[in-house]
This record gives sequence, structure tokens and C-alpha cells, in this order.
Amino acid sequence: MTRATLQRWLDDKGWPAFLIGLPYLWLVVFFLLPFLVVVVMSVATKTTTAPPFSLGGEHPWISLDTYARILTDGLYLRAFLTSLVNAAIATFFCLLIGYPVALGLTRVSHSWRNILLMLVILPFWTSFLLRVYAWMGLMGKTSWFNVMLTDAWNFLVPIDWAVRSIPMMHSNFAVILVMVYTYLPFMILPLYASLERLDPTLDEAAMDLGSRPARVFLDVTLPQSIPGIIAGGMLVFIPAAGELVIPTLVGDAGSPMIGRLISDEFSQAKDWPMAAAIAVALLVLMVGPTMIYSRYQAKAEGST
Amino acid sequence: MAEGAAQDAFLRIEGVSKSFGSFQAVRDVSLTVGKGEIFSLLGGSGCGKTTLLRMLAGFEEPSAGRIFLDGRDMAGVPPWERPVHMMFQSYAIFPHMTVEENVGYGLKHDKGMSKADRANRVAEMLELVQLTPFAQRKPHQISGGQRQRVALARALARQPKLLLLDEPLAALDKKLREQTQFELMSIQARTGVTFIVVTHDQEEAMTLSDRIAVMDKGEVRQVGSPTEVYEFPNSRFVAGFIGSINTFEATVIARESPHLRLSVPALGTEVLARDVAAVAVGQAVTLAIRPEKLRISRERPEAANALAGTVRDLAYFGKDSLYRLDLAGGGMVQAHAVNARRGDEGARVADWDDAVFVGFDPASALVLVT
Ligand SMILES: Nc1ncnc2c1ncn2[C@@H]1O[C@H](COP(=O)(O)OP(=O)(O)OP(=O)(O)O)[C@@H](O)[C@H]1O
Ligand SMILES: [Mg+2]
Repeated sequence: MTRATLQRWLDDKGWPAFLIGLPYLWLVVFFLLPFLVVVVMSVATKTTTAPPFSLGGEHPWISLDTYARILTDGLYLRAFLTSLVNAAIATFFCLLIGYPVALGLTRVSHSWRNILLMLVILPFWTSFLLRVYAWMGLMGKTSWFNVMLTDAWNFLVPIDWAVRSIPMMHSNFAVILVMVYTYLPFMILPLYASLERLDPTLDEAAMDLGSRPARVFLDVTLPQSIPGIIAGGMLVFIPAAGELVIPTLVGDAGSPMIGRLISDEFSQAKDWPMAAAIAVALLVLMVGPTMIYSRYQAKAEGST
Repeated sequence: MAEGAAQDAFLRIEGVSKSFGSFQAVRDVSLTVGKGEIFSLLGGSGCGKTTLLRMLAGFEEPSAGRIFLDGRDMAGVPPWERPVHMMFQSYAIFPHMTVEENVGYGLKHDKGMSKADRANRVAEMLELVQLTPFAQRKPHQISGGQRQRVALARALARQPKLLLLDEPLAALDKKLREQTQFELMSIQARTGVTFIVVTHDQEEAMTLSDRIAVMDKGEVRQVGSPTEVYEFPNSRFVAGFIGSINTFEATVIARESPHLRLSVPALGTEVLARDVAAVAVGQAVTLAIRPEKLRISRERPEAANALAGTVRDLAYFGKDSLYRLDLAGGGMVQAHAVNARRGDEGARVADWDDAVFVGFDPASALVLVT
């Protein structure tokens, strides 16, 4: 191959392939390879050596004990269920709060819009941990927040139901509340992006054809924002299902979420294969919805 | 239909104005439109046509004035309750619905209509705009012209009393536009719905409409049939906006009923023009003559008005030619001449630098005051 043909090949194929390939290279090095390590670890056997697992030799190459335990031990199944339910509830409330906010953002003047969008992302400028601690303070038995809610409750209900304080901390309620708070921007931003693209004359056309505003929303706005709903839902649901910090700090230790289990197996029980197996199982669970999403996206893109 | 309009005023717009902040987009517009009329709003960009239409559809409330439709005051009536449908400048077809669903959208609100009736009506509409084979397509799978017809069918499906069309043909190419103009007219004739068409294309307005309102800076400058606004414009603006026209500064020197005698310095001669009651002798006016009303000849013509000049420029268009003549008085006129004879040289009456005469009847010479 002469220099010139090499040059031509680089220009025609080489550089484009390199540029397109770069992100894939990144994925292979920083996602696929580590993931393979985790998969291999999940079929290894727990030992007391360092690292605390081995495969081959006196141990089988592939041991599916860990997976069998996930499927048979109620602890793991319950943790999966708790995670999925908590994540689903958090996603639902993020959508319920985020949709009107995103829709409102598209309806205000441009100067207001920038200020409000700024406010949506402003929480990211403070440490996440600090914000969770702030919530812990608020939910604590003696905080003004709790006292206020308690007083309101006692005022509204019959005397028999009166309480001294509302037990918010260390419950699934607390986990969901803080998760909704934390992940709300991830719902608002993709929703806003999809709603902002909609043509306002379509709303007028629907009104012109006899639809009241509520009907316009159902017929025109909502169907066109489904990609945004799905994107926001994914961005909230997936990290929420694997959330570790929030359930650890405000959650109920009696019904742990899956992230907590992975962490415990890894650092306390020193059962790396078990931790790896749970991680793989969680990923498999998440792949399902993601595939549905990309299917939908492909379909939506094919039609625009 | 133009005559009928005044009697059974189906749509009456009374002194309607619209301000956005301190900017007045529509000023004191009063119009009446008769049932079954095709009425055009014609005017340049930004003159308030869309704003006026949006007030009729109910998307904007007038800042002043009132709108009556079929005798009913429309103030405070929301868009979804008005028997008025609009075909939007951008068509505004729902991208997530099929052609059929788009056309049937408005019918969902007619509670009394059975499913079968609805389907029949949609089929009928698709037939009307010749889109039956495309019923199941999504909007992105059809052409621009077909999308325009979907918008039309959707707006017509609920049998509105009044159909508003905002630049319905602007997005189409010339050929398709001409074809669609006739389609629109025939659809209007078959449905009997009153059409208000916004356009900035004067030829389109002339072809389509029973009557035209010429707008400028938010005001209606003249309302009349295409012939009226073309042949008898009431102002320099209207004369210049519709078609091309030669205008000259002039002074009225005598009233010689039924004509006016004008002194026109730029033409280098006196000219007889059709009398208009509103002028007085001695008044400064504008003389306006359409290029096609001028006849070019080699010899001095018999006509009441004859001007001498030289051909400075000529443009050959095939069926006719446009001449630009320098006149004895220092002015310049444009004249259209039909190329009636065939042949390479014989087709033209005159050539560059030829000395020629232009003649015109007093009846074709317009005297404009404003
Ligand atoms: N919502 C609004 N706020 C402020 N000004 C507006 C608004 N809508 C229209 N205008 C102004 O009112 C004037 C008339 O606008 P309109 O859309 O009615 O023009 P148009 O005659 O339809 O023009 P075109 O032929 O370009 O469509 C324009 O100068 C426009 O800038
Ligand atoms: Mg407009």
C-alpha cells in the first residue's frame, strides 16, 4: 500500500471510523470490560483469600449458587421488590410534579424561562449528601417541619388519633420523598425538551376544531410528549432502583433496597460473588425497560 | 354575490382594533361579508391580516370594536365554541394522527353523531379533496400539497359557517398553486361555506375572490370586487399594490364634463381624464394609468390623449412586451403591448430608440387624490 492510498483510506474510511469508534471504545473499556469482570465474579466462589473469591482449581469454574440464592432467598426477592416499587412510586410522583412544571416552563416568557430552568438545576450546585442530610433534619421528630405537620394532623383528626410526632425517618416514605426530591430535575429536563419542541399552533388547531383546553392536552400535548415521559421515566427509575445512599441514610433498615444489599454483601459480608450476582440481576432487570424505550425511540424517529 | 353581500351581512366587523402593547396591529376595521362569499384580505407582510383572522377565530380578543357572526356577538366566545374553522398558514396538521384521524378530529365533539355517520363524513371529505387512497398515511408520508388538502378537509369536515384560510397556497409552487386555486373555488361552490382568505399575492386574490379588502398598516384601504379595486382604486396605495401602474404629479386645470383637464409636467402635455367628483379645479392630484391601457403606435394616434416619446427599453415576454418610454416632458411610462402578430421582427411595434406615440382614453386615466 502506497502512502497516497493509505492517506486516501484514512480520509475516506479511517478517520470517520475512528471518530465513530471512539465512543464505542470508551464503552468497551469502561463499561463492557468491567461488566465482564463482574459477571465472572458472580459465578466464582467466595473464599477467605484476597481477593475474597476464586474460580478454577478446587472450586468450580462456573458456580450458579449465587443466582440460586437470589431466586430462593426471600431477602433478595423482597429487596428487589422494594427497590422496584419504591423506584416506580418515585418515578410516578416525579412525573406528576414534573409534567406541570415542564409544561409551565414552555408557557412563560423567555426571560422567565431561563430563570426558572436555572432554579431547576440549581440544587446540583450543592452537595447531594448535604441535601439528604438537610432532609434528615427536616424529617426528624423535633424539627419545625415535623412539629408543624404533627400539629396540623392533631388539629384535623379526632383526639384518639393524635400523635406526638410523625414518624417519617427510616421509612419507605422517607426514601421515596428524598428520591422524588433528588431525581425531579431528571424528569423535568427531558420533559421540557420534548414539550418545548411542540408547535403551539397545533393546540390552537385543536381548539379551533372544538376542543376545550383539557381535551387539547389529552389529544395533542400528551401523545406528542410520550418520548419525553419515557426518557424522564428512565432517567429517574433506573438510578432510583439501584439507589444506595438515600435508603442507607433515611430508609428502613428492615426492608433494604437492592443497592444497600450489594453494598453490604461487598463490604460487610465480604461475599463478592453474591454482590456481583445481585448487580448482574439488577442490570438484567433494567435492560428490559431500556430496550422497550429504544424500540419506541426508533419507531418515533422512523416516523418524523 | 358581491351585491348580495351588503344586504345579508353574515359576518359583520364593526370598528375592530387590536393593539399589542403600544403597537396597533389592526386599526378600526369595519367590514361586512355575505353568506357564501369568497372574501380576500390582501396586504403586505405585517399589515395585520393574520391578526384580524385570529380575532375572527377567537384566539385574540379585539382591543376595541365588535364582531357579529350570523347576528351573534362573538365577544367572549372561546374558539372551541365558534362555528368558525381556520386553515392555518402552517397547516397545523397533527403529526401523531393519520390523515383520516386528522380529518375526523373535529367530528369527535359532535355528540349527536354516530360512529358510522362520522366515518361517512370523513370518507366524504377525503373524497372531496381526493385523498381517499392516503387515509391511513401519517402526515410525514404525504406531499406538501396533500398536507394542505388534509388541512382543508379537516377544517371543512364539521361544516363551519365560516372558513378562515391563512395564506392557504403560499407553500405551494406556482403550478400547483394555480390548480389549487380552482380546486378551492369549486369546493367553495359545492359546500357553500363562506371563505375568508388571507393572501399577500394580488393575483391569487383577483382569481379567487368575490370581493377583496386591501389592507395597509392595520387599516382597510379599499373593499370591492376584483374589477373595482383594479380598475377603480381609491388611492395611490391601492393602485400601486394591485398590478403595476404609471403615476404622475398633476394639477386640475379645468372641468370639461365628463372629463377633467390636467396639466401633467412630466408628460409634457395636457391630458383628459375621467372626472371624479371629489376634486376641485386647481387641486394637485395624481394621474395614474395602467401599462396595458396605453397603446403604442408609430403615427400620432386619434385618441384624445397622445404623448410623444422614445423607446428606451423593451422586454419581450412572449405573449406580450413591456416598453419603457422616455417622454417629451422628461417623464417615463411603462406600456404593455400584446404581440398579436407572429414573426421575429414583426412581432414588435417598435424597437430601441424608435420615436413613437402612446395614446390612451380619458376613461382609463385615473385621478387619485390620496
Ligand atoms: N402577539 C403579538 N405581539 C406583538 N406584536 C404582534 C403579535 N402578533 C402580531 N404582531 C404584530 O402585528 C403586526 C401584524 O401581524 P400579522 O401577523 O397580523 O401580519 P400579517 O398581515 O399576517 O403578515 P404576513 O403576511 O407576514 O403573515 C406585525 O407587525 C406583528 O409584528
Ligand atoms: Mg400572516
